[in-house]
Parts: sequence; structure tokens; C-alpha cells
Amino acid sequence: MADTGVVEALLLGLEKAEDGVDSLELSSSLGVEHQVVVGAVKSLQSVGEVISAEQRSSKHWQLTEEGVEISELGSHEARVFECIPVEGLLQSELMKLPFGKIGFTKAMSNKWIRVDKTSEGGPLIFRSVQTIVDQVREKLLNVLNGKDAELEEKEKSELKKRRLLSEVTVKSYWITKGSSFSTTITKQETELTPEMIVSGNWKDNKFKPYNFEAMGVPLDCGHLHPLMKVRTQFRQIFLEMGFTEMPTNNFIESSFWNFDSLFQPQQHPARDQHDTFFLSDPALTLDFPQDYLQRVKKVHTEGGFGSQGYKYEWKVEEAQKNILRTHTTAVSARMLYKLAQQKFTPVKYFSIDRVFRNETLDATHLAEFHQIEGVVADYDLTLGDLMGVLHQFFTKLGLEKWVEVGNSGVFRPEMLLPMGLPEDVSVIAWGLSLERPTMIKYGINNIRELVGHKVNLQMVYDGPICRLDT
Amino acid sequence: MPTVGVKRDLLFKALGRSYTDEEFDELCFQFGLELDEITSEKELISKEQNDSKAAGASDVILYKIDVPANRYDLLCLEGLVRGLQVFKNKLEAPRYVRVSPVSGQPQKLIITKETAAVRPYAVAAVLRDITFTQERYDSFIELQEKLHQNICRKRSIVAIGTHDLDTTSGPFTYTAKPPSEICFQPLNQTKEFTATELMSLYRTDSHLKHYLHIIEDKPVYPVIYDSNGIVLSMPPIINGDHTKISLKTKNVFIECTATDLTKAKVVLDTLVTMFSQYSSQPNLKHVFISSSPHSESTETVAQLLTRMCLLSKLTGVGDQIEVEIPPTRSDIIHACDIVEDAAIAYGFNNITRTTPRSYTVATQFPLNKLTELLRQDVAAAGFTEVLTFALCSKEDVGDKLGKKISETGAAHISNPKTAEFQVARTTLLPGLLKTIAANKKMPLPLKLFEISDVVLKDKSKGVYVGARNSRRFCAVYYNKSPGFEVIHGLMDRTMQLLGVKPLRGEGYHIQAAEDSIFFPGRCAEIFVDGKSVGRLGVLHPNVVTRFELTMPCSALEMDIEPFL
Repeated sequence: MADTGVVEALLLGLEKAEDGVDSLELSSSLGVEHQVVVGAVKSLQSVGEVISAEQRSSKHWQLTEEGVEISELGSHEARVFECIPVEGLLQSELMKLPFGKIGFTKAMSNKWIRVDKTSEGGPLIFRSVQTIVDQVREKLLNVLNGKDAELEEKEKSELKKRRLLSEVTVKSYWITKGSSFSTTITKQETELTPEMIVSGNWKDNKFKPYNFEAMGVPLDCGHLHPLMKVRTQFRQIFLEMGFTEMPTNNFIESSFWNFDSLFQPQQHPARDQHDTFFLSDPALTLDFPQDYLQRVKKVHTEGGFGSQGYKYEWKVEEAQKNILRTHTTAVSARMLYKLAQQKFTPVKYFSIDRVFRNETLDATHLAEFHQIEGVVADYDLTLGDLMGVLHQFFTKLGLEKWVEVGNSGVFRPEMLLPMGLPEDVSVIAWGLSLERPTMIKYGINNIRELVGHKVNLQMVYDGPICRLDT
Repeated sequence: MPTVGVKRDLLFKALGRSYTDEEFDELCFQFGLELDEITSEKELISKEQNDSKAAGASDVILYKIDVPANRYDLLCLEGLVRGLQVFKNKLEAPRYVRVSPVSGQPQKLIITKETAAVRPYAVAAVLRDITFTQERYDSFIELQEKLHQNICRKRSIVAIGTHDLDTTSGPFTYTAKPPSEICFQPLNQTKEFTATELMSLYRTDSHLKHYLHIIEDKPVYPVIYDSNGIVLSMPPIINGDHTKISLKTKNVFIECTATDLTKAKVVLDTLVTMFSQYSSQPNLKHVFISSSPHSESTETVAQLLTRMCLLSKLTGVGDQIEVEIPPTRSDIIHACDIVEDAAIAYGFNNITRTTPRSYTVATQFPLNKLTELLRQDVAAAGFTEVLTFALCSKEDVGDKLGKKISETGAAHISNPKTAEFQVARTTLLPGLLKTIAANKKMPLPLKLFEISDVVLKDKSKGVYVGARNSRRFCAVYYNKSPGFEVIHGLMDRTMQLLGVKPLRGEGYHIQAAEDSIFFPGRCAEIFVDGKSVGRLGVLHPNVVTRFELTMPCSALEMDIEPFL
């Protein structure tokens, strides 16, 4: 807290002043350090609009330590002059005095003294004038008394060269009355306390204003991952649309359910080592519904169900190979097969879960990502139904350019009929990745900034809540 | 999806008009294609290599167009233009018929039984009276390359050989011989080599070395001779130099050797139909479809199909339409493929949107429902959710945790491209520790969690694939002091959220355990209703160090499926 005496003096001085007060002048008139006045200004500024203070800087001449000594005792040359008696002084004696050397030179050049080199016992010094005027001291005294304006620039620079004067920049305040100027300042409270509430003192107290420009304190809290927040919203959308969630907790799948059951030929590039992760342990699945497997084999090899088939030699060995599923459609196939084994009822299914591709990694591709999938099985579904469902889905998503984020279609009869679904049942489906719309939504260009252990946790900490439709 | 690159100006010339990029993009969309990129050779080279290499390259504008994987008839400029012109009603759909040579007998390709041991099928055709220009020639070569890369599966299923018929004379023989007995001058070489020599010659050839494995280990190699014993080709590796085609070639003999006859026919049909008005293929299929009750009038459907190069007419019997499938359209194997083309021609965006009528009630998958609820409350308890990979290295779940990989029950991947994908994770802990290692600059403490699946081998009956997922909850606390009490508190809170009381027997309790992951004396096992569900403790300094961490750390990992 600032010196209350100075604060009061400042306010009284300001009340009397016509326009304002300079903090430097105030400090010299009060005889206190300038810093004390500055403290008072700061303290008054913090309590509101009592005063306003504008910072100024001015240049100003000041005596050096040596300058102060001279202003008190006289210049070196004057002191040399004063100490020489009428009978003269040995030069060697003079040089023993602290001011002797400089004083001698200066006094010589001022022609105040002379040297008799002929005398016995060494050179002897005599006064050569009766009286002197110590101008150096007078000039310094002028500066000391704030009358440095009386000195010419040349004189100042000469004194500066003699290291008696130095020029300093002084920061000061020009203080004027504030909008709520008053000479009496009540002490401001920083915070409301329980005691004030109990005693009712808060009614009389004045409170220090808050700085609303500052940020609040960062909270110590937990956070959900942005991609998982988006997943929650997608689940919500599907549930709102009446879709039932499929059990997708089986990352490892047989090629049969992942490819063959979907009428994907065995030589398809997606089944290549370069695209799919195959397993060495557990390497094979041997347990399949045998009659269904035979129907799948037949439709690939020779066709049927209105199809010519692919006409190639379908090998069960290829279907047995275990892989990390490349899409969640493997689960949809299992679900549709299961559905076909009961009396058919229309269904709507969805899932959002991890899938795996043995891809070359780059900014938009990872070896694993989340697939979102929707499936509708019903009698006589049309392309219009597919378009309609997609429209509803993507409207809820709030994505304008939805064509670019996913795929959709009608499942082929070669897939559905061998499962045993009725002929007049159609199945429409669509899929997209969870990561891509999330990256679009949050403006993330590199997928590694969103998924995996290398993400910056600050991104997780700072993430907003996920509102897809805004 | 294969991408076809065509020169924009050539394309517009063939289409008879020019388009703005937007107009052409729209046309592609209507026709079921996607204009993927507008670029130039120069731009492609500078993107893939660097600007200095691209200096001399052409800056003619290229359109890169994405074509459906089974539409081999759209893999070249000729096919694309034909498809688009018919679609725009500028051209009638062509009909392809076989013609006999003006003089003499048709050519013959005799297949001997020896080929059964290596590459059993071959089909051939002759394209007569062709006039090549540089551009047509380039397109012909390019189409072969596209077919080789796609349907031919890098020549393993089908290999194409094209020859100047006027340099050779039939009948031709497709046979197979031991490599030492095959001797000829291959394309672009100046002397003869035996097949054995060729295999070692091409081992360093950046292009051909990728095809050697197809026949390398076979006792006999496929080879095609003409009636004078001149080698036309040694499929699927290289053609002979003698019969090579050039800009001056008039009559092209095309042979396709294969391990799959259907695909060999598709490839041959595609080549000849794309490059000739005088095809040698008689293979027209007729399919009858009925327009479905939801669609346009039968007449409209027939018109739409004709625009898609599928000549259609009404049969007069009910709603029946007779559709002629040209040899270019090997992708049509079911009536639904024809309906798809009708829908494309009609325009997907012109289809009236409807909604499925059936009433369905949604159900959540119980395990996911539990996961969602638990995630929210663990975050509310002050922990931050992370998302880590389900695949990792053997080291992550083995050595680094002080465990033998064989004891982890991890499922192994046979073809990982990098060590990051050797196994499916058996625990969530390594992912969380790696997340901390990547975030060492963040203020302490770090409190992280994840609820996700691990994969464990399981031979039980009913686990068809031999492995199953297991849903886990894992949390770590990383600070200057181990904070076991924090992780312990989180475990207590989790049990509270799951409605399990702290009670030995019918509730939960923890008891001291030993585990290489944890510091001795600082590990406990969690029991619920007497059954172990997981562990918690202070991590062993060895584990901390192996994950490149420097602070004490405590962790919790438990199974959440028992709480369903």
C-alpha cells in the first residue's frame, strides 16, 4: 500500500492545481523520492477513476558524484588556488593532494598560478592573480538548483566531458483529475467475505473492481476424446432414426464373412496382401454353416439366383483365411444371415467400429479407422428409399457435401438370396468413415493429429462439445 | 477404383465439343464416374519427384477420371468417348460382330496339353485393317497396361500379347516347355536368350522383375510359336522381338493366356471392341428383364438402357424388355446390373425420395451402452479420454511389460508392413503409456483413460475365428509421486458407478498380487463376486523406463464385460 500521506498530498495538490500536476515536481516539492509518488499514482489508479495519469518522459541533467563534491567544496582548480600561500608551495607537495593533479593543470590553463622552476629544492608554485571566480562550481550549483536552463549547451557538454554532469531520462506522470475525483479515498475491499455477509458490512464497503480482460483459472477436469464425442452423436442419430446397434466387437473375421458372403470374388484386389491384414495365429476359421457355404460357392462359381456368377474356381481354403476385418459389413452379413434363418421381419441396423486396412500410411490414411454403417432390410425397398434415408441421415449430420464422404447402395441378390432371405426383400446400406467427417468438422488436415498415441492432449483438452447439425 | 488419365483436348476433340471443368465434372457424375483430378504430366512429376525433374515434361492438361472397378470398357479414351457419346444421344450404341478375313481361312491358336501345368487357357483374335496414329497407338498400349494392372491382377491371371500379324504366319501353337529349351530374341534385345537366361536378365529390370514369380518355380514355361517356329511370346513375361507391333502395323494378332478363362475372354473382348469396328467376337448376350412396379414406363426404361450402350426393345409381352449385352460389358452378370444402368441414365438426383415404411424400434448393443455411460462418468471423475490403436508391436505387449509374447495370447498378423502392426493389442496400457510419452511437455499430473477392445486368442467352442474381443477399461496417473491412492480412488468410484459394493464375496475387494508390469508389493488384483476382473498398482520402474517415461506412474486395467 502506498504512503497514505503522499496520496493525500497528491490529491490535495491536484485539487488546487488548475490543470494537473507533474509527479516529478510533486516529489521535489514534497521532498520525497519520485518512486514514492509513482507508488501513490499506481495505488490511486487501481481504485477507479479518481485520477488519470499520463506517462511522460523528459531529459534532465544531473550531477555526477564528482560533480556533487565540487558543488560543495569547489572545483579542483579553485581548491589548488586556495591552498597556495603567498610564499608559494612546492609542486611536489601540491601533487600529494587528491585534487592536485587535475587542479594544477586547470589552474595553469586558467592562468591563476605560475611555476618557478629555478628555485632551490624543486619547482615552486605561486598565485598569479589576486582573486578568482569558481565558474565550474557556480554552473554545477545552478544545475543542482534546477536552473540548468541558464547554462549554454556548450557549457553543459564541457562539464559532461569532465564527468561532472550526466544527462538522464526521467519518466514521470502528468496527473489530472479523474471522472470520480475526490480528495477522500475509502479503502477498497478485494473480495466479499463470509464475515461481511454475516455482519452486513458489504453494504458500506467499496470493492476493488475485477479485471475482466484477464482469463479465468484453467480447471482441473477430465475430457472426452473428440472422435469419441462425434461417435456418440452418430449413435444418437441412428437411434433417433430407429436403427438397432449391431454387435461389432469382433475385430478378427474370416475371409468368408468379410468377402465371400458379400459376393466379393476371391481374386479381388481388396483381398490382396497389400490391402488386407492376414493372421498367422489364429490363421484359419473352419466352422461355417455348411449348406450356406455351398450356396456361396455355387453362386461365385456358376451363378444362380438369376446370376451368371463369376465363373472361376472358388476355393474354400481362401475363405478360411482369418483377417482383421476390412469393413463392418462383415458383421452386417452375419446379421442378415441370422435374420434369414428366422421368419423375416423388416430391420434397420447400424454400427460404428474399427476396421483395418494394410495401407500405406499418409496424412489421411491409417491402418485402422472407424466405419459407420447403416443397413435397412425390408420388402420392396427402392432406390428412392435409399435416397430418402440418406437424405434424412445427412441432414441430421449437417454435412452439405455428403456425396464425398461415403458409399451407398443396394446389396446384390447374389449376396442376399444364398443367405435365404425372401426374394422380395431388398437391403440398402451405406457407409462412411467416422474420421473423415470429424476432420472436416474440426478442420483437421492430418489424421494423426486426431487419432492414436501421438495426438497432442491439448487438442483433447480444448475440444468443444460436438453438435453436428450446427 | 482405377483411374484413367486422358488428355483433355483429345477427349474434347473426340466428343466433338469442349466443356468447362465444371460441366465435364457434372457430365461424369451423371454417367456414374468421377473427375478426380485436373493436372498435367509436368505437375504429376513435380509432385512425385521434384520441380527440376519436371522441367522438360509436357504441360498438356490431363483429366484423371475414376472409373468403377468392373467397367473395363471405360479404361481408355476410345471407350470413354463411346460411352459418353451414346449416353448423350450423339451416337448409336455400336453392335459388335465377327467378320471373316476377306481371303483365306480364319487364324487358329492350337493349345497343347502341356500348358495345363502352368497356364492352361488361351484365347486370341485378330484386329484387321487398323490405322494407328501415335495417339491411338499410345492408347492401345496404355489400355493393355491398365488391364494388366486391374482385371489381370498384375499379369498373374491374364497376360496380353499383341503382334504384327503380317510378320508371322499361323496356325499358332500355345504350348509349355522347360525353360532351357525355349530360346528366342525378346522384345528390344539384340540377341537370343534361353528362358533361363531371360529370368536372370530380368531380375534387375524394374518393370519385368515383378512378373517373374508367376512362372519362375514351374517346371515348364508357357510359350507361343508360329507355324515357322518363331516365338511370339513367353507369357506372362515378354513378347518376341520378331512380331512386335509398330505405328505401321495393319493387322494385330492378340493373344491372352490365362489361369481363368472367363477373365481371358473379358480382356480379349475389351481390347478388340475398344479398337475396332470389325470385331472378331460374336459374343452377344440377350437378357430379358421386366420393369419393376416402381419404375418409369417400359418404353422409357428401354430408351434409358439404349443410352447406356445396352440396345433394348420391347418384346410386346407384358412389361418385358429385351436387352442386348455387348461384349464390352463383361460387368453385367445379373439383371440388377442392367437396372443399375437404367438408374444411372435416369439420374440418381431425379429419383423421388421416399422412406421405408416399416416400423422399427431401436436397441443399443448392451456393451456399447455400458461403455458410453461409463466413459461420461470417468471423464467427470477428472480423467481424460484417449484413443489409441488396436494394433501394436510384439514388444509393446511383450518385452516392454516384462512378458513373453507367447504368454500374452496375442493374435499375430502375418503380413505387417511395419513393426507397429505385428499383433492385436492384448492390453490397453501400452497405448496410454505411449500417449504420455508423446505428451511429456503437458502439465502434471496426467490422468488418462480409455475404454476399448483388446483381442485375445480363444479356442473355446462358439468362438468361430479362434480369437475374441474383450472390452477393457484402463486408466493411468502420471506425476511426481505414484498416486496409487488416486487410481485406487478411481477404481472405488468405478465400482460405485457400476453399483458394486466394497464387500469380500458378494461385492468387490482387492488383494495383493504379483505382476511383471507392477512394482513388487505395489500391485493388487481386483475381485468382483470372487472372480478376478483386473489389476491395479504402481508401474514397475523397468516398464516406466521402457516406455521412455521418467516419473512414477500408477495404473488400472479391468474387464467391463462382467458388469453387463
